[in-house]
Amino acid sequence: MAATEIRPTTDGLLNATKTPIKRSYGQYIRWLLLFIGGLAMVMPIAWMISTSLKWPHEVYNLKFIPDEPTIENYTYVLEDGRFYGWFLNSIVIAVVTTISNLLFDSLVGYTLCKFKFPGRYIIFIAILSTLMIPTEMLVIPWYIMSQSFGWLDSYWGIMFPGLMTAFGTFLMKQFFETVPDDFLEAARIDGLNELQIWWTVAMPLVKPALAALAIFVFLGNWTAFIWPLIVTNSPEMYTVPVGLSGFGDEADVAWELIMTGAAISTIPTLIVFMVFQRFIIRGVVMAGLKG
Amino acid sequence: MANLTLKDLQKSYGKTEVLHGINLEVKDGEFVVFVGPSGCGKSTTLRLIAGLEDASGGDIEIGGRVVNNLEPRDRDIAMVFQNYAIYPHMSVKKNIAFGLRTSKLSKPEKEARIQDVAAILDMVDLLERKPNQLSGGQRQRVAIGRAMVRDPAVFLFDEPLSNLDAQLRTQMRLEIKKLHQRVGNTIVFVTHDQVEAMTMADRIVIMKGGHIQQVGPPEQVYRTPANIFVAQFIGAPSMNIWDGEIKGGRVMLGDVALPLSLAHVKAGTPLKIGVRPDDLQLGSADPILHGTVSLREPLGPETLLYLSSDLGAVIVRAPGKNPPEVGDRIALGALAENIHLFDATSGEALV
Repeated sequence: MAATEIRPTTDGLLNATKTPIKRSYGQYIRWLLLFIGGLAMVMPIAWMISTSLKWPHEVYNLKFIPDEPTIENYTYVLEDGRFYGWFLNSIVIAVVTTISNLLFDSLVGYTLCKFKFPGRYIIFIAILSTLMIPTEMLVIPWYIMSQSFGWLDSYWGIMFPGLMTAFGTFLMKQFFETVPDDFLEAARIDGLNELQIWWTVAMPLVKPALAALAIFVFLGNWTAFIWPLIVTNSPEMYTVPVGLSGFGDEADVAWELIMTGAAISTIPTLIVFMVFQRFIIRGVVMAGLKG
Repeated sequence: MANLTLKDLQKSYGKTEVLHGINLEVKDGEFVVFVGPSGCGKSTTLRLIAGLEDASGGDIEIGGRVVNNLEPRDRDIAMVFQNYAIYPHMSVKKNIAFGLRTSKLSKPEKEARIQDVAAILDMVDLLERKPNQLSGGQRQRVAIGRAMVRDPAVFLFDEPLSNLDAQLRTQMRLEIKKLHQRVGNTIVFVTHDQVEAMTMADRIVIMKGGHIQQVGPPEQVYRTPANIFVAQFIGAPSMNIWDGEIKGGRVMLGDVALPLSLAHVKAGTPLKIGVRPDDLQLGSADPILHGTVSLREPLGPETLLYLSSDLGAVIVRAPGKNPPEVGDRIALGALAENIHLFDATSGEALV
């Protein structure tokens, strides 16, 4: 065979360099949509930070970059003693509810998933059905309840409706379905009691779900507004969102201060997300390798 | 001394009875294999012995005491599961040590026991690894190690080899057998694979539909199956079964009178006649049937021949070298001792 025959022709070379650049319109449209979506997500955060760097007179000036940027708002919010109290309240409430949800949602979810007992289906449906009732409707019964128990204007009052959630129970039940019964039976033979099996065997196997639930619950409680607003009276009991909404006076809302407080209060949520996200990713890797 | 005794063991789920009274005595140090098709009740029996499910009737005795009402941990058993059930979030060492959590041994004693087990299973270098860094066979060994470390009266194995590939399965089969010879604990092993049962067992328990069909050493269940089910389940390829009858005191297979007498069976009784593929002799001078080769399966040392005959399909094991060609008509004979007779209605062996 002659050597020239296996050499690529000039046409072939041209085609070879052309093809990788060729992209379908669909690809561009997808990028455009992603870009718009990303912009929609980032805009409010960027606007929040932008506003927090403005003087009051510039707030309604819809410029993205302030004419006279200032960190005066941050100094004010951080020097104003109230903010620390609210921040502490929010931390305590979000942390306690998160821990409570991780423990009790998974305990109930595990029980509903792994034990056969009469009425368990009805219990599960009853728990799920509470998901259909909006918070706004529950606020009044909660209030009456808190009042009769003397929980108004206390941590306990703010926290009690969220210490367990139907959503969390459902999520954990579904995740425990993926834990093979063999693990639990092996542990039973190895001599663990049921509570030990749940804690030492089942819980570590659903770490990704626990991490997801922790993020949901923490964020949900960190940003909760209506219920903490209603159940608290004294400014010392306010959470960050409730406290921030009160910045300013009757005549004017101090948006620059609200945005400053909001910007500061995103820091803990970022930390929580970064910490627990690692578990989610590691969990996925672990599950992928498990033969 | 019996180490494990099942007395009229029954199990039902609601109205569905899955075990209809199992009776069995397992001697100390015996390797017993439960084998049967899926749904035969073999795994259920094992789970009842383990205490993972409650018996609906009958007694389970381990080491001379009735354990029906004891928790699994108090029954002096250890179990190896089909999918290993080793905890993915613990190292190999922790997994093995897990079996000792409730034991009253001192810490150095526990450590010594773990090292012993690791040495026996050739896992000393793997102790610090996580399960996802192990191969399938190694994981199975960890599972066995976790069971061994407890030194139980009875080991229970629930189809432990069915997740492994063929080569590894053969290897682990040998390892488990060696392990048994070395540690000598009683083993109850459940499998659906008759080859595993034949190769490992001291005694095989063949089950079907919640009943024990036959109990005996591998050689015995192979040579003298109690009924057609056992005859066809044990041995691969399966025993050939044809219709036969009794005429004038002689056993007839088609037109051929077999060299067997069955004085106590009434004339005209419908029979099933069985001969194993290995026991059919090619080119016999005194054939019991003829067939035409329709398919050949060369396996190397031997060739399986699929024949069509007037009596139906026939499988024959032929030599690996120069086997008959497809289309050849061949005569097949069998020794009287290798011909099995069964009652056509009950399926029971007629001796």
